[in-house]
Order: sequence, then C-alpha cells, then structure tokens
Amino acid sequence: MRTSIRVGAVAMATAATLLMSGCSANTGGGDDGPVELNYWAWAPNLEQVVDIWNEENPDIQVTVQKQDGGDPAITKLLTAIKAGSGAPDLIQAEYQKIPTLVSSDALADLSEYGAGDIEDSFADGVWDSVTLGSDAIYAIPQDSGPMMFFYRADIFDQLGLTVPTTWDEYAEVARAVHAADPAKYLGTFSSNDAGWFTGMAQQAGASWWGIDGESWSVDIADTPTETVAGYWGGLVEEGVIDNKPMYTPEWNAGLNNGQQVGWLSAVWAPGVLGGNAADTAGLWKAAPMPQWDADAPATGNWGGSSTAVTTQSTHQEAATKFATWLNTDEEAVQALVTTSGIYPADAAQAKAALTAPPEFFSNQPDFYDVAAEVADTVSPFTYGPNVNVAYSAYNDEFAKAADAKTKSAFLDAVDAMQKITTDDMKKSGFTVK
Amino acid sequence: MTVTEAPAAARTTAAPVRRGRGTFRTRVLVPYAMLAPGILLFVAFMAAPIFYTLYLSFQKTKVSGLGLGSGARTAVFAGIDNYVATLTNTEFGASVGRVLLYGFILIPLMLGLALLFALLLDSKRTRAAGFSRTAIFLPYAVPAVISSLLWGFLYLPAVSPFYFVFDKLGWDVPSLLSSGGVTFAIANIALWGGVGFNMIVMYTSLKSVPSDIYEAAKLDGASEVQIALRIKIPIIAPAIVMTALFSMVATLQVFAEPTTLRPLTNSLSTSWSPLMLVYRDAFTRDDIYSAAATSIVIALVTFAFSFLFLRVVQKRAFGQED
Repeated sequence: MRTSIRVGAVAMATAATLLMSGCSANTGGGDDGPVELNYWAWAPNLEQVVDIWNEENPDIQVTVQKQDGGDPAITKLLTAIKAGSGAPDLIQAEYQKIPTLVSSDALADLSEYGAGDIEDSFADGVWDSVTLGSDAIYAIPQDSGPMMFFYRADIFDQLGLTVPTTWDEYAEVARAVHAADPAKYLGTFSSNDAGWFTGMAQQAGASWWGIDGESWSVDIADTPTETVAGYWGGLVEEGVIDNKPMYTPEWNAGLNNGQQVGWLSAVWAPGVLGGNAADTAGLWKAAPMPQWDADAPATGNWGGSSTAVTTQSTHQEAATKFATWLNTDEEAVQALVTTSGIYPADAAQAKAALTAPPEFFSNQPDFYDVAAEVADTVSPFTYGPNVNVAYSAYNDEFAKAADAKTKSAFLDAVDAMQKITTDDMKKSGFTVK
Repeated sequence: MTVTEAPAAARTTAAPVRRGRGTFRTRVLVPYAMLAPGILLFVAFMAAPIFYTLYLSFQKTKVSGLGLGSGARTAVFAGIDNYVATLTNTEFGASVGRVLLYGFILIPLMLGLALLFALLLDSKRTRAAGFSRTAIFLPYAVPAVISSLLWGFLYLPAVSPFYFVFDKLGWDVPSLLSSGGVTFAIANIALWGGVGFNMIVMYTSLKSVPSDIYEAAKLDGASEVQIALRIKIPIIAPAIVMTALFSMVATLQVFAEPTTLRPLTNSLSTSWSPLMLVYRDAFTRDDIYSAAATSIVIALVTFAFSFLFLRVVQKRAFGQED
C-alpha cells in the first residue's frame, strides 16, 4: 500500500532521465581512425566474443554496452529513436520485437549491404522472422529456441510409459501419469508464458499476423490456434494437466520433486532445469515435440534473438559486416556457444560447435543431434507490429480460462485475443483486413 | 492536513512587527532565493511531469500504411478520445470495483487493529511495551515487493509451511490465491505491513494527551475500558481521520502487492487495479497516451474522494478544536 507508485509521475521522470542520458551517448567515429560501433546486448559474456573481432579488425572496433535484458533494452532504444539521437549502432533484438521496432523506424534494412547472401545458413522459419516476409532484412538471426519435449526418463521407465510422438499419445501419457499418482502431472498449461503458447500454435501451423499489400491480417482465431487451445482446454478440463503458471516457486518445487514429470520447452531448457531442479540431474531426457501430423514433423520457437542495426547508425555497412561475422563465422559461433551459452540459429555452425551434451543432460549424448533435427523443422511464423498487445491479452484471457478449467473458456480466450489485437491495430490506424 | 493547518501557521508568522529595515533585496529576494531549490525541484519533478502527462493525454498514435519504416507512426491530437475510452472501458470500471472491495475489507480491519494495539500499548498494565511496539511496527519497514514475495511463498500450497501443517492435520484448505480468495490474500499483505504505521500515528497522538484528564476520569470511577472509549478515542479522532484518509488514497493506488503476486496465479489479471491498468497500457502495450488519460482520471477521482471524505468528517472530528 504505502509504496504504491504514482505511475504517471514516475513514468515521465523516467522518460526525462532516459532522454537526458540518451543525449550523452555518442555514436562516434569520424573519417579518420577506426570506425567505432556501439552494441547494446544482454547475452552473457558477449564482450569476450566481440574481443575476437576487435583483434582481427582494427578498422572496425565494437564496444558492447551491457543491457538489463530484452524488454528494457528495447524500451530504451524506442526512446532514443523518438528523441532522434542516442541509439547504438547494433542491438540484440528478440524476434517478436522486430516488427514493433521496424514500425517505429528503428531498424535499418540490411539487404543493401549484402545480408541476403547468408539466407541459406538459417531455417526458413527463423529467416522469416527477420524479413517479416518482405524483401527487406531487418536483422541477422543469432540464437533460436526450437521447442522440444523434456521428460523424466526414470519415471517413464517406472510407469512403463513410452515417449509420446503425437499429441494423442501425449494425452494418453498425461492420463496414465495422473492416474498413477494424482499429485503428478505430465505438464502444466501456463497462462503466464505467451511465448510458449505462441510456439505451440506455430507448430500447429499458425501464423498470427500476415501482410497483404498495404494491409495487415490478424489470424489468431484460426484453425491451428483453436486446435491447440481446444486440445489444452480439454486436458485441463479433464484434470490430467495442471493449470498453474510456470516459473513459480511451486512449479520449481514440482520439477525438483518429480510432480512435474515433463516440460514442453525449448533447447535452452537444460539451463533452467539445472537452476530450478538441481536434484534431478541426469534423470531427464529430451525428445522432439509430439506431433499433430506424424508424417510432417514440425516445431515452434520459444525465445531466440537477432542482431539488428539501427537507423541512427552512421556506419550501417560496417555494422552489418560485424553482425554477419558474429552469427555465421565458425570461430564466432563456437565462441558464442562456449562463452555465452546460446543455441546458434546458424544450423550448420551449430552442429559443428555443439558436440558434447549440456552437463545436466550428460545421460543423453545425442542431445544436440536431437536438437539439430528439431531445429530444422521450425514452421514459419510472422510476428506483427503489436505482439506486446497480443501477449498481454494472452496473459489475461488464458488466466481466466485456466482458472475456469473448461474447454469452451479456452476457445473463448482465443477469440478475445483476436479481438483485442485487432482492435488495438485499428485504433492506431493500421489497415486490418 | 497541511492545507488545514497552513492558515493558522501563516497568521502567527505574519503577525510579528515589521522591522522596517533592510532593502527590497533582503526583504523580497532573499526569501525567494531560499525557496528556489524547493520551487525548482517541485517544478522539475512534480509540476512539469503533471503538465506533460496532461499534454500526452490529448494525443494518440496515427499509423499510415503498414506502419513499417520511416515516418509511419506519428502522434496526432486526439481531443478527448482517450478520456472517453478510459471512462467507457469496462476493464477500468472493473478494476475500480475490485479496489473498492479491497478497501472495504482492508481499511476497517487495519485501522481497527491499529487502534486496538495503540490503546493496549497506552494502557498502564502493558508489559514489554517497547518490544511490542517495535514488533508491531517492524513489518512496515519491509518493502511491499519483498513482503509480497514472502507472503506469495506462504500462499502457494506446495511450498507453504502452513499448508504442510494443514495437510498433516488432514484439513483441505483452499488456496488463498484462487479467484475467490485473492482479494483477501492481497488485503492480508497490506494489513500486515500497514497496521504498524497507523498504530504508531495513533499511539503518538495518545501520548500527547495530558494524563491529568485520565486521573480525573479515574477519580470519577471510570474503568480502563471506559476511559479508552469515552476519552481516548474521541481525543485522537483527528489522528484516526488522517490515517483513514491516507489509507483510502493508498487503497486506490494499490500496485506493488498484486503486481508481485500476479505471476503466481491465474486469478490476477494485468488490469486488476487501476494503476496496474495504467502500467500495462504504458509499458506493455506501448500506449502512453491512453495511460496518461487514465492516470489523470485516477488522480482526479482520488482528489475528489479525499475532499468529500474530509468535508463529511471534518466537522465531527475537528469541530471541538475551535
């Protein structure tokens, strides 16, 4: 109560501070001497990877300016763009943020600097996220989060269960797990993690936004997403899947004590499991996602980011050169894997760099082979200019649905997301079909 | 409160003799020079942001074409559109309804407990008064975000020691974070943190009452309870009114507790309280303009509430002072 914030005043004060600090940043670099580039990023130890570049390229010197994380860095960048100065040359941008940034005229088109040459290094789904399906290239993909199914191999053995390869089998296994012990669940439906649900809709073939000429389309309330929502709503209504959010102390405890027997997550899951469920090292295994159509395996992305060049940069070509090197050069990608611990978006380099499994999965030597196979099947997905609105609508609407525990409430939530997202775009003046 | 006291203070300081000495500079400029830091800070950190918020509340974003690339997004004058949108927004109405219910649960309980503790501490027979006072006040020193995290742990059945005990006893206690209980869960956190502060305000007020009044009452045969009800409470009525006013304002602005608890449960939306709605619009949905309009509406409503409340209770509470 007492620390309640006067949001208006604080917001304005923050904006003012940002404006002032933004003005003092300098993009630097004259005609003489080396080109100096600033790079806002939050991946751990990225400066060590950049040091390799700086040693090899005395003409283009890059300085990493550490950011707190994806959201604050983007907010800061948008403020600098509005102010007209203070933006860095390069920024680490999550895929779902790219349309918002492009819409605010924050990102330079890299296609004129030859970025198109590296298209083949990336899966189609990933490349789509940085081009928005257009001829422009707004960023170079850095890491990706292809979704996989993680399960407690020991509990599966104990209960005599086989790893589900289709969603029908997943439902059967969920029933069996819960029947064997009512405290155990194969997974939980989390209303907190919009990116997680987006990834699963992506797997089912959804693409929530689309560009058609001069207008946008919003296709959230469409067959793929409705199928996914209905499926989970059915399992939650039946009571065989938990309805509590992920990333709570309760959920962490569940992972650690075996009440959460599986987790539909992404390739970065070992890090989270190692931190939240340390007692279960060596007990988990990774498998491809259960499929809707076993003959056409697919997956979605949960997480991942790219390296973008800002419109305020006066050295866009040099910046593009660096971004290309960082994400496709053999030595750079190897360093990204070993010092920053990311899963590279460049499939071929990823394979070369990732030889040993993560420590938490030492029981599964082929961990990265499974990951590589899965990463190849990421479905295309187009993000729109108001992902933030759709995601916050997901949080509210699916929280209601998860609380109601009925299949119909899950389907209603999809419709509400569609309406909120479309209304927001229309209100801003977008042409929406 | 300061508003009502200001005229009295002005009377006493303005009255003293004019010395007649000193130039225009010392008489007029020096006081302003001394006030300057305060005025500057006020203008920079209060007045300017308020006017900027007001300005923003009459703007909106206008997108042309696909909204991609340079110049696709501009801010245009919106008239009263944002205000109309705020006032017709069912989410806003619902959030106000929720905090009103929350206030009805919290304020009487919090002030009642604070008054009870203050009276107990003030009574002659209390032992270890200093320790008790500190113990009751201590939770106020814990920031709301931290206390919400702590309580969040205690509310989650799987990690809560309380639920462990309930389970051992075979009781089936529903989670306080379910949709029916979440208002109580938040009120409980605020209660835990707020009782101490209000207790101290009331207790300090009790301490300033001359003790001969109690002695006189005792000679007339009044019991401790009668003294408390008939003498102490009426005398500290102004303090109670003040704490009630502060509590009402704080209730309308509740933010930290529900925001911290939200990731733990399905029953708190991102627009649970009016300020959460403002925060979501400004920073999650990137619509600073409608957030500005909503903040202005909240500020006006808070002001109106406080003013009305003071008008209603002032005569009764402060009447005896004149």
